[in-house]
Formats: sequence, structure tokens, C-alpha cells
Amino acid sequence: MAGILVVAEPQGSGFRRVGLEILSKARELKDSTGGPLAAFVGGSGVADQAAQLGAYGAEKVFVADHEALGTGLAAPHVDVIAKLQQENDFSAILVGGTAQGRDTAAALAVRLGAGLNSDSTDLAAGGSGLQAVRPAFGGQNLVTSEWVGGPQIALVRPNSFQASESGGSAEVVAVTPDISEAALRAKMTARKPVEEGKVSLEEASIIVSGGRGLGAPENFAVVEALAASLGAAVGASRAAVDAGWYPHPNQVGQTGKTVSPNLYIACGISGAVQHKVGMQTSDVIVAINKDEEAPIFQFADFGVVGDLFDVVPKLTELINQRNG
Amino acid sequence: MKIAVCVKEVPDTTAEKRIDPSTGRLVRDEGDRMLNEFDKYAVEEAVRLKEAGAADEVILISLGPEKAVESLRQGLAMGADRLVLVSDPAAVGSDYLGTAAALSKVLEETGAELALLGSEATDARSGVMAAALGEASGRAWVTSANSLAVSGGSITVERQSDDGVDTVEAPLPAVVSVTKAINEPRYPSLKGIMGAKKKPQDVKSLAEAGVDAAAVGEQGAKTKVVGVETPPARTAGQVVKDEGDGAQQILDFLIEKKIV
Repeated sequence: MAGILVVAEPQGSGFRRVGLEILSKARELKDSTGGPLAAFVGGSGVADQAAQLGAYGAEKVFVADHEALGTGLAAPHVDVIAKLQQENDFSAILVGGTAQGRDTAAALAVRLGAGLNSDSTDLAAGGSGLQAVRPAFGGQNLVTSEWVGGPQIALVRPNSFQASESGGSAEVVAVTPDISEAALRAKMTARKPVEEGKVSLEEASIIVSGGRGLGAPENFAVVEALAASLGAAVGASRAAVDAGWYPHPNQVGQTGKTVSPNLYIACGISGAVQHKVGMQTSDVIVAINKDEEAPIFQFADFGVVGDLFDVVPKLTELINQRNG
Repeated sequence: MKIAVCVKEVPDTTAEKRIDPSTGRLVRDEGDRMLNEFDKYAVEEAVRLKEAGAADEVILISLGPEKAVESLRQGLAMGADRLVLVSDPAAVGSDYLGTAAALSKVLEETGAELALLGSEATDARSGVMAAALGEASGRAWVTSANSLAVSGGSITVERQSDDGVDTVEAPLPAVVSVTKAINEPRYPSLKGIMGAKKKPQDVKSLAEAGVDAAAVGEQGAKTKVVGVETPPARTAGQVVKDEGDGAQQILDFLIEKKIV
């Protein structure tokens, strides 16, 4: 076993950033695993963009182009990656923690009888190859795990590493996708795309969230405007989601999503444990709340005690001015 | 048609939790335990399918400690018909592979054509079990269903993908995980709660469930925890009162942090 395979998910004419983040990190790790740093690109109409990954350190890019690989359904990807693994015997397979990535890594681990360390926020050389670190209970503990045997499959949380170009070039290898009938049982028949410009919560590098302090569903417009000025995704606390003010997929917290953006701005969110465990691994936390006793001020890096309906629109205006 | 719902007992989501550094496992004896909140949506969906005449039995299946029966009974109170819990000291420390192997075996035994799961558990937060179980059981599988319709021998699901909401069709038997958008789980009625105690609750050892002990527990695990650290807790930063310049102060802070 040798080498690392990074699964890089295409998006438009480029790639989801998490794949580039993992590739950038894998450049540091490849000395300990030996072998080449390879990437896998599976999708529909993606042959042309595969070479871009050379700039992020991929020495070899396996590209599989097939309609069934562009549906968001993971089973066809599992077939193709499992076959690549048989032929190349990688020591590690690293996958970004997107919806498709989670499904792919989980089913691939079962298929290969290989260990899966999920939700990794750090990877290091150690043990018999790699070690994976994941936060437990919203970062209250950091758990370091290894694998028993291989390949070592890890799911990596978006925003864990910095995507950086190294200026290399990759050999692109076209793979003939050999997809079983079993992997085609689930069929995507229609797609309602996300609205243009909307950023997914888990991948966003900035999140602006609203809570009970917004008081009414229409007031989320204030949060959305700030998010738009920053190119951020919009989150919501459980209180806001349970009240029906904002949809479930945007919920951050113990019973919603766990996020680790570079910047998290909490507007009118008290910061109870339920919310805290979903966002306390963010790099920088800013809170705006009118209650100076709100628990969020105990762990925010910068807090403003004030009326969010004054502060947030002003901040939006200032950022828009700065953006020109 | 029978529906199996995979359920899990988890620590109370409102309580602080910790991991025992000597074993790398969650401390199980502390505080209240509850049915995983995400699982309630799967139980509700199964019970609704039964109420609509699309299913005749709803079976909860789980792997966990024996006393998990008490938490999982909430699913029976919501309307599921019976519970099969695999509980065995040899299953302690199972990883995803072991859990998927055990659940797959139990699922097969129930004869359920449809298996439902919550999208994730509030303790592990990995969201990988539906795909793992789909693969382990050799069934078609679809994750993150915002809606689910069963008709003839197939299902139609609207699923939350990375790129939007997709319509997916798959033949039965199938494994489906559901999101919180799919329904609003009911609160069990008093009658439901009383009745739940009388419903069958089978606790089986690995051998009784026909699960290969070598595939589960610590001995079957392909991952192992080698260290648990408690990083310093986040501390309070600067807190200012808005005197009209709160927004400017946030901007200055963001500039200082090189975020904008």
C-alpha cells in the first residue's frame, strides 16, 4: 500500500473547496505514506477541469466521466473508487465531508472492509500511516484516532485546512467507469438546484446566524443582508427553526449542523449548550445580543451588547461600502 | 410491508458530555439518556406509512446497552410495534463497520423491505450509517429524504443533496435516511406511553441475533482511538456596549483579524 487518493468533487467548471483544502494538506502528508499524491474526479462532463488539481499538488488525477457520476448519488462513485483502490492499493483515501462525500466514504469503507474516521478536522503522520483528529461534543474533546489495516479512509470537515496552490502539474488518467447495475438502482429523475449565490452552510467560510432575538420570520432579512455583504451562508438557532422562521437545513447546533467557519456572526442568539456545540469550533465568533448576560458572550471573541436591528444593518452598510 | 427503523440511544442533548480519556469512549453512566432526536423523524415517517395502510408492521432495531430499552421505548410510544435490541458486552466499541454489519443482520431477520434511519445521531454526528447499512445489506439506498412516497415495489424520495433538492426513485428493498424536513414527530400520548411497555422488546445477544462476534466490538473495529484531549475552553473575548458605534467596532475587529 502506498500513496494518498484525495476525492475532489467537481463543482461547475472547478471544484468544491474542501477537495482543494485536503489536497493542500495531503502535500505535507505524502512523505509519510510514500507513493504518489493522487486525486479522483468523478462527474458528468468533468474531463476538462481535472488538470486544475495539479496546481494543488496532485501528481496524478484519475478522472471518470459518466452521467451517473453527476447525480449527487454516491453508489456509482463507490464502484469506481473501489476498482481504483484494487488497482492502485492506496494507503489512504481522503474525502471531503459533503453530503455526497459522506455517503461515498461510508459505503466505500464497508465495501473495502476498511476503517473510516469521520468528521476529521486534522490529519497527521503517525501510527501506521495517518492519524485523524475529530472534535467530539462540539470541540469539548479532541479525539485522535488511527486505523487498523488499510486503506485508511477519512472524511474531512470543510474549512479544516487552507487551500493553497503549489504550482505543480498533474498527469491526467482517464478511467473507464465500470458501474454495476446495483449502483444504478437509485436514480435521480429531477433536480431543483439551490438558488444562485447561496452558500452551503457546512462549506461556508463565513456564517451569519439568527436566533430568537429576531422576533419574527421576516426579520431574517436583516441577517440575510449581512450574509450577502460578506458572501456568507445563513444559519439559524434551534429556537428560530422550531418557531418556523427559517428552514431546517439551516439549523446550527446539537440537533442541526455542526460548522467550523472562519467567522461566525451570531445575531440575537443566546448561545445555550445546544447551539454552542454546533459552532464553537469556528475560528472567530462575533455576537450581537441585547442581553449582556447571554451565555454567548462567555465564548465569543468579540461581543456587542445592543439592539441587533441597529447594529446589524449598520454593519452591513459598512461592509458594503468597504466592498465598494 | 414491514418497515424497520434503526434507532439509537444517545446522551441528553441538553447535558454536557465527556469522553473517558482512558478508554476513548463516551462516558455512558452520566446523566439522562434519550432516543436520538433525528430518529424520531424516521419513526414518525414509518408510523405514518403504517397509518396510511402502506405498511403493516414497524420494527425498531438497535445496537446498544441493555438499558437503552428505556429510551428506545419512546419509539414504541409513538406507534412502532416492537423493538429488537442487540446488546452484548462483545459489541461494545463497535465502529461504523461493526454497527452496520450487526444492523444489517438484524434487518435481514425482520424481513422488512424498507429500513429508515435518522440523518445522523446527536452524539457521533457523522451521518454515515444509512450509506454504510445500504452497502452492508446490499440494498438500494438513498440519504437525506425530505419526503418519501412508497408505491408498488418502489420508493420516490425528494432528497437534500449538496446542489439542491433532487427527486430520486429506487426499488425496494431499500435503506433511506430522513431529514428533519420530512415531518413533525408526534408527542407520544399517555395511552401510547402506557401501551409501549406491553409491546415486545427483545434484547438479543450477538449469538441470538446471528451476528458474527468477530465483525463487531473492539475486536472487529478498523479504527481505534489513541488519544483524547480536552482543549482549553473558549474564553470570553472583548464585549462592548453599543453606543452607536457597535457596528464600526465589529468592522475594526474583523479588519484586525484580517477577515475582511
